[in-house]
Amino acid sequence: MGKLKTIFRRTFLIGSVAIVSGVAFGVYRYKTPYANPLLNDLADGEAALTAYVKIDASGIMLITPRADSGQGAYSVQAILIAEELDVELDQINVDPGMPDKAYYNTAFGDGGAPFAATDDGFAAKSTRTVINSLMKFLGMQVTGGSTTVPDSYEKLRVVGAVARETLKAAAAEKTGIAVADLTTQAGKVITPDGTEIRYEDLAAIAATLDPVEDVTLRDPSIWRILGKQHQRYDTISKSTGTQAYGIDFKRDGMVHAMVRTNPRRGGKMVSFDDTEAKAMRGVQKVLPITGGIAVVADNTWRAIQAANAVEIEWGSAPYPAEMNAHWQALSDSFNEDQQDSRQRDDGDVVAAMDGADVIEAEYRAPYLAHAPLEPISAVVEVSADRVDVWTGTQIPRFVQTNVSKMTGVDFDDVHVHVLMMGGSFGHRLEDRVVKEAIEIAMQMPGVPVKLTYSREEDMAHNDTRQIAMARGRGTVKNGQVETMDLGIAMPSVVASQMGRQGLSLPGPDTQIVAGAWEQPLSIPNYRITGYRAPELAPISSWRSVGASTNGFFHDVFLDELIHAAGADPMEERLRLCWHEPSRKVLEKVAEISNWGAPLAPNKGRGVGFCMSFGVAVAEVVEVTNTEEGIKLDNVWVAAEVGKVIDPNMFENMVQGGVNWALGHAIMSEITYSDGMTEQENFDTFESLRMYQSPKIEVAGLENGDHVRGMGEPMVPPAAAALSNAIFAATGQRIREMPMNKFIDFV
Amino acid sequence: MKVTVNGTQHDIDIEPDMPLLWVLRDELGITGPKYGCGIAQCGACTVHMNGEAVKACQVAAEDIDGEVVTIEGLGTPDAMHAVQSAWVEHQVAQCGYCQSGQMMAAAAFVLETPAPTDDEIDDAMSSNLCRCGTYPRIRAAVKTAAKNLSEA
Repeated sequence: MGKLKTIFRRTFLIGSVAIVSGVAFGVYRYKTPYANPLLNDLADGEAALTAYVKIDASGIMLITPRADSGQGAYSVQAILIAEELDVELDQINVDPGMPDKAYYNTAFGDGGAPFAATDDGFAAKSTRTVINSLMKFLGMQVTGGSTTVPDSYEKLRVVGAVARETLKAAAAEKTGIAVADLTTQAGKVITPDGTEIRYEDLAAIAATLDPVEDVTLRDPSIWRILGKQHQRYDTISKSTGTQAYGIDFKRDGMVHAMVRTNPRRGGKMVSFDDTEAKAMRGVQKVLPITGGIAVVADNTWRAIQAANAVEIEWGSAPYPAEMNAHWQALSDSFNEDQQDSRQRDDGDVVAAMDGADVIEAEYRAPYLAHAPLEPISAVVEVSADRVDVWTGTQIPRFVQTNVSKMTGVDFDDVHVHVLMMGGSFGHRLEDRVVKEAIEIAMQMPGVPVKLTYSREEDMAHNDTRQIAMARGRGTVKNGQVETMDLGIAMPSVVASQMGRQGLSLPGPDTQIVAGAWEQPLSIPNYRITGYRAPELAPISSWRSVGASTNGFFHDVFLDELIHAAGADPMEERLRLCWHEPSRKVLEKVAEISNWGAPLAPNKGRGVGFCMSFGVAVAEVVEVTNTEEGIKLDNVWVAAEVGKVIDPNMFENMVQGGVNWALGHAIMSEITYSDGMTEQENFDTFESLRMYQSPKIEVAGLENGDHVRGMGEPMVPPAAAALSNAIFAATGQRIREMPMNKFIDFV
Repeated sequence: MKVTVNGTQHDIDIEPDMPLLWVLRDELGITGPKYGCGIAQCGACTVHMNGEAVKACQVAAEDIDGEVVTIEGLGTPDAMHAVQSAWVEHQVAQCGYCQSGQMMAAAAFVLETPAPTDDEIDDAMSSNLCRCGTYPRIRAAVKTAAKNLSEA
């Protein structure tokens, strides 16, 4: 009973989003597919073979509903469809399509369920199924959580196969030849005598047929595209300045808006004086919006200048005004009342530490901005019975819902057009920019309004990464790690983020311990406890979320214990790791880094390991302690992803993830003073530059049973590996980020 | 005032202190140069003025001197500049938002430094930010571009 009760409790806590929304579900309805949304507005002679393949006489369009923020989502989705559809990548066009419930994410259950990724037991599997069915009923078309590949891996190959078989059926009808005698290649159906019929020329007939849904996926041994290196869909456009992003979008008659809202986030505007701003060239209006003002002008720069010229008196912040109070709130959270979870409790940590020499350490990680290089923007046009939104977003259906509520326009008459994003890192899981643009546009019906944030406004209103703190206690015995007891305190990212969507999270937030509790290690006495700090400044999902801080805490503390035991950091991790694919990752990174080889003077190496989003990643960082400070020399990475979709894209993303993690670990933080962020732009929110970027060698492993996404999991081990390397090179243990507060870097 | 961009002269009526970046993007509709920071920290707006790489957010309209070339004027998908071809060959871009500025900085650099070392590349390119962290590929692409240009 106890076990069952636990399962249900977990299930329904995770399902809280759905319970709040009052959605009913069942297995039958879960299995019933949604209608194909493309069928609603097909032109004459156009065929929609599934919700993802649209063909007419002029070409083949693949619908790729997971948004592309630079991670290559469009290309990955196209590769998966094209593999079974039998088209070459240069024969197709790609479009994100319009948001629809049919495009719900099928993979969130894997990350959202409170089970370790290594757990394939009944409870884990059934809970994942329940969550995935909730995603379906809510029509959750979300890009995030490194789910694009696991969500698409089978689904989009089936899509390709269904479309191909339907085209063959169309060819059979056209030629009278049996389907069994037809083959396909490079966008054509081929008859036994070698006659080639272009898919485009079969569209009109295919449009009259029911899709052929009884398909068998091909064996990986005969894959032509999947797993091979390709030119990304957007490589040419992004190498010639011809790629249009959200910020480049234009409409006839469009006006340019800039907002200033209270930099004490969520605080009120007391008063404003727009006399000077209104007199400036090109300024059309100054409008009040929630928590601030908007300037509407005929040019982005004029709007920014005028917005800065408005004199505004701001109210106080609804969270502590000074940073030390934020840290104090975390420090005060390590108590039983605020215990959020204890999903790892092996052996008996209390007994093991009784009377033993206990090693103790405390760790901290700061707030961080997402700061994708493209400042966020949205173009909206509001009329009485229709709204259009053009923006780069990861949550188009949330946007649709929110805009419908704000404007009173029917949900189905709100059209969200998802545009290419100049980076996101989780930033575009928030939709404030759209809501503000709608507030402005509702005061100017019929006029297309483009709202572009200045970098300063973007940074001041970035829903940041969480701050977090950890306290570790442990013991070692006979040269081995014997006890590891780690407590982690942070505010709930999920509660803050979902709260802005009007949803609540009544249960534990697994992100508070993600990247720590589920590590595949068998330490005899091993306990991971999450403590939920009170809500402070707004926070949101930042590339790898909870694991971005916890991977650092967990693996630096483990390294401290290993050093105390006098063991080799790589060998002891291998000894402690029971999960075979994770062991292979450690073995691989040891091999490619030539771990254990003698190092030049002043050099040091550290290893970091973290399993997050189901992906086991080990990284070795090598640094030199120079006269000018620590220099990053080399990084070696091994990651278990199940299947590398495209090795070229894979390498680029791994290197980027490592640079992202190292740069922020070394030099970046967001701090509050007087309730406002002290960093306004890239001069104070510093970011890794080329001269600091190490050489990064990458190995993708395919030993596991699950195909996973890799946008986020490269981040958590990197800061730990760096701290561990600095210790090896200097003897100085760095337990807090940004690390340049404690040691100089070149 | 008159400005010449990518070989075309434009006559525009603007404030003397409007930055070249916004002249290009909002007045002339040339959107290859990107807005990232507005304070010369990110380099996404880099263009050439009289052949020199400059941050367009820092050039006031009244200080525009000589011909301006943007990424659109460097080369096109059908006729790419050596730097752009190298960016394609190495598949540098992730989000790609910084890459127009990176390529403009690189194009000016490789003309002056036909056989650059890693350190020289790092020096020349470190005022251009890439939040995606594509630096290893930018470095490789700059070398390829320099090699291809000097052999051409």
